[in-house]
Amino acid sequence: MPIESINEFVVRFANVNGSGSASANQLFARCVMRMGVPVAPRNIFPSNIQGLPTWYEVRISGEGHLGARGGTDLLVAMNPQTWQDDIAALEPDGYLFYDSSRPIPKVQFRDDINIIGMPLTEICNARYKEPRLRQLFKNIIYVGALAALLDIELTVAEQLISEQFKGKDKLIAPNIEALRVGHAYAKEHFACPLGIRVERADNVGDRIFIEGNDAAALGAVYGGATVCAWYPITPSTSLAESFMAYCKRLRADKATGKTKVAIVQAEDELASIGMVVGAGWNGARAFTATSGPGISLMQEFIGLSYFAEIPAVIFDVQRGGPSTGIPTRTQQADILSCAYASHGDTKHVLLLPEDPHEAFEFGALAFDLAERLQTTIFVMLDLDIGSNHRLCKPFTWDSERSYDRGKIMTAEQLEAGETFGRYLDVDGDGVPYRTLPATHPRRGAYFTRGTTKDRFARYSEEGPDYIENMERLLRKFDTAKSLVPPPVETRGPRQASVGVIYYGSTSPAMHEAADLLRRDGIDLDLLRVRGFPFCGAVLDFIEAHEHVLVVEQNRDGQLRTLIQVECGVDPARLTPILHYDGNPITARFIRAAIDRAVRPVAQGHREKVDS
Amino acid sequence: MSYLAKPKFHHPAIPVNELGFTHRDYEGAISTLCAGCGHDSISAAIIHACFELSIPPHRVAKLSGIGCSSKTPTYFLGQSHGFNTVHGRMPSVLTGANLANRELTYLGVSGDGDSASIGIGQFVHAIRRGVNMVYIVENNGVYGLTKGQFSATADQGSKSKKGVANADSPIDMVAMALQLGATYVGRSFSGDKAQLVPLIKGAFEHRGAAFIDCISPCVAFNNHAGSTKSFDYVRAHNAALNTLDVITGRAPITADYEPGESRTVRLHDGGSIRLRKLDASHDVTDRATALSAIHRHNAAGEIVTGLLYCEEDSHDLHDRLGTVDGPLNRLGAAELCPGVEILERINASLR
Repeated sequence: MPIESINEFVVRFANVNGSGSASANQLFARCVMRMGVPVAPRNIFPSNIQGLPTWYEVRISGEGHLGARGGTDLLVAMNPQTWQDDIAALEPDGYLFYDSSRPIPKVQFRDDINIIGMPLTEICNARYKEPRLRQLFKNIIYVGALAALLDIELTVAEQLISEQFKGKDKLIAPNIEALRVGHAYAKEHFACPLGIRVERADNVGDRIFIEGNDAAALGAVYGGATVCAWYPITPSTSLAESFMAYCKRLRADKATGKTKVAIVQAEDELASIGMVVGAGWNGARAFTATSGPGISLMQEFIGLSYFAEIPAVIFDVQRGGPSTGIPTRTQQADILSCAYASHGDTKHVLLLPEDPHEAFEFGALAFDLAERLQTTIFVMLDLDIGSNHRLCKPFTWDSERSYDRGKIMTAEQLEAGETFGRYLDVDGDGVPYRTLPATHPRRGAYFTRGTTKDRFARYSEEGPDYIENMERLLRKFDTAKSLVPPPVETRGPRQASVGVIYYGSTSPAMHEAADLLRRDGIDLDLLRVRGFPFCGAVLDFIEAHEHVLVVEQNRDGQLRTLIQVECGVDPARLTPILHYDGNPITARFIRAAIDRAVRPVAQGHREKVDS
Repeated sequence: MSYLAKPKFHHPAIPVNELGFTHRDYEGAISTLCAGCGHDSISAAIIHACFELSIPPHRVAKLSGIGCSSKTPTYFLGQSHGFNTVHGRMPSVLTGANLANRELTYLGVSGDGDSASIGIGQFVHAIRRGVNMVYIVENNGVYGLTKGQFSATADQGSKSKKGVANADSPIDMVAMALQLGATYVGRSFSGDKAQLVPLIKGAFEHRGAAFIDCISPCVAFNNHAGSTKSFDYVRAHNAALNTLDVITGRAPITADYEPGESRTVRLHDGGSIRLRKLDASHDVTDRATALSAIHRHNAAGEIVTGLLYCEEDSHDLHDRLGTVDGPLNRLGAAELCPGVEILERINASLR
């Protein structure tokens, strides 16, 4: 019996890199979204550019589950190189859609799947002369066929094509024609629709569909970043490139055509963070975007920013580690290396967005925090959020919002004779006042250094000066607790004895898993951590639950370690649930792992409550 | 050297510049370097150049890396913001600072360890980007703070204080700067103030990447017989291409040289450099001539000094990036934030 499902299934496209499939596959995902059905696509791209395998997985979920599910219900097999593995991974009774132009021996199929062969190459070769067009239109033709097979409205696809090629209008008609060719062929030759299909719904609402890197870049534009220095590294490159694209549109001075931003592709990550530190020292809002290996290279400067108290923002789009790890796969494996980056006693502020909406929010907020706290702020994305389109709440901005430039002493204050000590804790919050170069002709200049100094920025190797400074830095870090976004708590309908702490891109899979576990009779309370340093709510949550799990995507339980150390929690109180094979964590994985970990505890609690 | 505070009083008739400052207003804290260190002479030359150019001290940002030379910004321009960054990374920090505010004058001070070894990548890229700065390398051929190891600019065969000969080829930072597109390149000697001060003045007046390699003997570890960076050796082998005068504004030029002996080079703000040629074959606006002069004198065992190259219509990084005329660090939310309406439009385009 073929799989039957309306609006709940997974389509996986197996393609050849560089074949132009990406935009066709994205068109497919957008069609589903435009029919009001939530969709969560994911790119799976090994580290190569042309001719090698790449996959695009689209989870369609009327119920709105945006985490990776695992398994494939419909395979669009466009890459002979990966044919065998792709077919093997298909769910029993699933569907295989493939290019049947070349006969494929029967042994290469499976008996328990439904096979749909369409001679795509043959159709294209007959219609188009140019090899590149044959390739590109083949992609559009299969999207047309899938529309017929899955009951996707053709008008929706046509509308999207018209929007996509707006301004290059002569491309609209041939693309729509290719779409219709595929659609008509499928209608004529196959029983449409299949057991799995899309039905128009109203479950998308006003949500937007965007990649996290793109959103973070827009956050940097809105947050007032004027200097960006970066070095290409997957998967963060698109963040800097997106910032460039936005700035071209949004930061050009209308009168002169000049630009209100400076973007430099540096020679390496050391120079990137060096430029950010220089710009931050001189009063510009500056950032870099990088990934794990870049963080390793930036360590010395991050320590300088901490100790010399210079605002900086680093977007870390995490990927598989350690070393170069699996560069095109996702992980949450830089938590500790960022939290304690550099030599000496250091601690840094982390922001942990769950999706593009928060990538935008925290992306803008990071610049206020960097200037308020005069230190480096990390925005911890990962490949799963950063490089995939995700449905999320629309971006918002308060029209009254201005930038918090923090404690900057002005020429007027200096002229009035106010005491200026660069490292003097005037307000008791650990945050000193700074002056920018050229503020006043005779007052307020100081010498910035990473070495020890007294509160008036004079070189000192005296123990008491060092200790005073280090303790003030701790007070400052304490101040940060109330400034980072607080955790978000989700409580079930019944009081739960099991509490789960999670963060970042684990969010959608975690929520889905919690729903599934509730149906299985296991209730969970959830706490999504959104920032470090942790505020009291994290410890309160741990104390309020008999059994606490920390779900994350790395091997060593890095957030768990951070909580243990920083909140003084007994390690036995925190059970790690860890997923780190490079693929995004799934609800199926979390459900099974939590079930194993807590069934006796949770059931015992239920019995107590019920009796 | 001394922990005594510098007295603030000075002679009532001490000369003042156009801004009413005395040279004392350009000084910094008392040097803690070894007595007789070449670096202190360079600090004095910087003070002298800034005083003569009437640069408002607080409009200079002085940056350095790590090492003896990088300590010196504490000893000059006490009214300027200074930044002692990390080893070999001054160029990137200076670049960032310059991006934030293009209106200030940026002075980067570094050493041969800082710029030719650990920081050579940053030196290379800051030069090729054309960052508007004065980049001075105080070149003594040794690591002073760690007590006498060879640096990458030490000549092959030059002997350490312990008598060991350096086996590796030296890096010539001036030749590199020329090859990388620096638009103002000079070499001088800390013991030749008459040459060094105008060379620094010209660099300050120049727009773009101005690089000066200043040989600055280390009295503690590299001033002995057998060293090619000692006072005696440099004096004996110095081949100056020219002497120069920097003229600010549009002051009339009174020629007192024979035709063919002098040359005037325009500076971007209307000033100029008047050169008296000591080597008639040298054309200061021709990069290839400069490179060949370096190689020719090298082959003869001489150290070529003076202004080697100056591009008259030079550009800087901001010109290349097309940034707005004013400082980026002065822009606020009104200029930078695209606002709610545009965000709504972006939201709409993402559905």
